Amino acid sequence: MKKRDFLLIGTILLAAAALLLASRLGKRAGGAVVVRVEGKEQATYSLAADGTYPLNGGTNVLEIKEGKARMIEANCPDHYCMNQGAIANTNETITCLPNKLTVTVVGGGDDFVEIVG
Amino acid sequence: MKTSKLTMLSLCTALAMIFSFVESQIPTMLPPGMKLGLPNIAIVFVLYRVGVKEAYAVNLVRIVLTSLLFGSVLSLAYSLVGGMLSLTVMVVMKRFTPFSCVSVSVVGGLFHNIGQVCVAYFVTDTAQLFTYYLPMLLVSGTVAGIVIGLVAGIAVKRLEKWTPR
Repeated sequence: MKKRDFLLIGTILLAAAALLLASRLGKRAGGAVVVRVEGKEQATYSLAADGTYPLNGGTNVLEIKEGKARMIEANCPDHYCMNQGAIANTNETITCLPNKLTVTVVGGGDDFVEIVG
Repeated sequence: MKTSKLTMLSLCTALAMIFSFVESQIPTMLPPGMKLGLPNIAIVFVLYRVGVKEAYAVNLVRIVLTSLLFGSVLSLAYSLVGGMLSLTVMVVMKRFTPFSCVSVSVVGGLFHNIGQVCVAYFVTDTAQLFTYYLPMLLVSGTVAGIVIGLVAGIAVKRLEKWTPR
């Protein structure tokens, strides 16, 4: 480890931290979640109403409870999507790679009413 | 190939596979892809102690075998892109820059994450993977890369006499 290594690693760490901060600054409470399979929107569920929804023909089960969405069932071997916990703020995403499925939080505030459905 | 070299590379491959397995058993509450990168200790070690060709060979065998044993076709594609991109960046950096193996490991770790997020984006077509996952992974990847680089550096130094010739 020389001085240039500390400089390089320090710069990378700062840049990564700044990027992380920037991605979190715009965060606000979401209004709904969009379910995508291979990039195609399959369904939208409001975060305001509690419910349990089978996704993608039953490969995954999404639960919405107290304004938060989490995956409670998945037929893949690793269950990463379930381990990721609950999401509630815009841009937060749960990913199930084996099923090519993502759940992303969108909207909130004023446009909330339009999203329900 | 001399027997001593073959033995050493086989040992490193086995070690890398064990690291992969151990890592896959650590329960995670974190987004997928956030990992220590333990197998990279063995890969960095081979890269510095033996050579570029050998590092690619060990990395390829490690990825294919661990995916066959513990993963799926998708996880094979996924680790292959991340692993090969990461190693290529490390090879280039080692040859053309004066940075130490800690820096090389950090940058290698970053490109491992970038490669994996790119594959994930290709599969799911969801842009939030870049805006939500990638920043998290870059921070964790840098920290993990420092730890792995330090450990690999120690191994490279301590096992100097073990180099096959």
